[in-house]
Amino acid sequence: MALLELRGVGKEFGAIRALGDVDLAIEPGEAVGLMGDNGAGKSTLVKIIAGNFAPTSGSIAFDGQPVHFTRPVDARDVGIEVVYQDLALADNLTAAANVFLGRELRRRVGPFSFLDHGAMNRRAGELFAELKSETRANDVVRAMSGGQRQAVAIARTRLSDAKLVLMDEPTAAISVRQVAEVLDLIRRLKDHGVAVILISHRMPDVFSVCDRVVVLRRGRKVADKAIAQSSPEEVTALITGAKEAA
Amino acid sequence: MMASETSSASAGAIKTGDFANVGRAAWWQRGFFASQTAYVAAALLAIVIVMALMSPAFLSAGNVANVAKNFSFIGIVTLGMTLVIVTGGIDLSVGSVMALSAIACAMAMQALAGTGLASVPFATMTLAIAAGLGVAVLVGLTNGLLVARVGLSPFVTTLGMLSIARGLAYAVTEGRGQTPAGPDIDAFYAFTDGTILGVPMAVVYLLGLAAMLGVVLHHTAFGRHVFALGGNEKAAALTGISVERVKVSVYVLCSLSAGFAGILMTGWLGSAPANLATGYELTIIAAAVIGGANLAGGMGGPAGAVIGALLIEVIRNGLVLAGINAYWQIVLVGMIIILAVLVDRLRSGRAA
Repeated sequence: MALLELRGVGKEFGAIRALGDVDLAIEPGEAVGLMGDNGAGKSTLVKIIAGNFAPTSGSIAFDGQPVHFTRPVDARDVGIEVVYQDLALADNLTAAANVFLGRELRRRVGPFSFLDHGAMNRRAGELFAELKSETRANDVVRAMSGGQRQAVAIARTRLSDAKLVLMDEPTAAISVRQVAEVLDLIRRLKDHGVAVILISHRMPDVFSVCDRVVVLRRGRKVADKAIAQSSPEEVTALITGAKEAA
Repeated sequence: MMASETSSASAGAIKTGDFANVGRAAWWQRGFFASQTAYVAAALLAIVIVMALMSPAFLSAGNVANVAKNFSFIGIVTLGMTLVIVTGGIDLSVGSVMALSAIACAMAMQALAGTGLASVPFATMTLAIAAGLGVAVLVGLTNGLLVARVGLSPFVTTLGMLSIARGLAYAVTEGRGQTPAGPDIDAFYAFTDGTILGVPMAVVYLLGLAAMLGVVLHHTAFGRHVFALGGNEKAAALTGISVERVKVSVYVLCSLSAGFAGILMTGWLGSAPANLATGYELTIIAAAVIGGANLAGGMGGPAGAVIGALLIEVIRNGLVLAGINAYWQIVLVGMIIILAVLVDRLRSGRAA
């Protein structure tokens, strides 16, 4: 059974049709590359899945249950987490503090409750070890590399035990070395049975970690095929419209 | 901004080869010792030593008590101000709130003295202080809601409130100072202007509140959210933190600290004049900034607030003892503000 299933999903902003009639199914532990030119409807689709806004037509099922997200919290509650392009981290806090931001572990002392620094650092350290990242729980995010920041953002999704992680251009604007690090993180997520939707412009990234590639053009899905049966040349042709569909 | 940050980070990664050494600095380059607060504390110590050598009166018991009391009023409000500044906000209304709360407290005490409550021990004093603090909470709540819910700029909102609260202080008193009076007046003076083991009450309150703020900022979820707001407000909102509630809370707490300090000053002066603490907001913001609070948000703490407030008062006092014209004090305080921020900038520029 598919973890996430979209049927005939469409979105209109006034008279503008941003997305039309998209079907998409994602299995647990599967990584799907979502590609398309600017304005092809990628971010609209992602925002619908993340609960930023509701589709104007079509239906969504998660874990076999029909869902109707109206706020991001709705999506997060069922197990969908988003790693934003700008990562949404507080630079002035430590890695552990960012991982636990908004869901801090506390210890009650009489009528007061205090942060349990030890437990949070330990748990964050475990998550980084699990992701095979060298990020240290007690380091301040400001001093971190792009790859380490990604690890912090991804560790957040592990903490909440997300079933589906949406990643928006995680490898844009970071060095080659760190790209490899981020791709490894995505593989770790798959190892743990987490499904990943990778929005990316970078063909090599999609072809190295994804199982499937979905191409959008002008709000329509023009391709949905296994990576092994496609090629970067074909995907490029699909994105630009040189090839109609596959 | 994002692009430049990540590119500088990646340059670092290439140079160092691995990540294991990121953040591994010598102990004196890490944590408290690397902070602006530590530099300013060192400067404070140096100034104290120089002044003690130059003027034997500086470390006399009388002068120390004088300095301690003077800086405590400012210091208490600096604690509240630091909280607001850490979230990336500012509160310009604190000086006016000090006056308005002091007046509300003094007038309530006078009014209650004529009622049946006068026979209940400490009732009029307690209610009068509650009235003063209540006014402060109302002002803070208004500031907080306008900033957090309506989305007005903190600078403009609190600038308006500076004028409103000061105007109210003059209007309700018709410009005349209010004198606290009633059956509890001795208790009131003991509470605000007394001493414990020779330590002025204002100093006791300052140190107690500073310790409390330290615990709240570093060991509670609320404190962590205050820092998160200053670091990246959007990220804080995305993680589900109630940004609005945290913001309103910090403005209320800042106003409360101002109201409390105003009431303490009333005890010290024996009256609550409508022009009480005029212009203090700038000294208070200066103290917070000198102590290491960053107006961009995300940085600051109670130790810095106390040290910053103390430094300003020590310099002011030292110049008086040295017989230097009072006008030059203003110039010097301004120079110290810029110097403190400049030293921090040079240091962090070198580190990066």
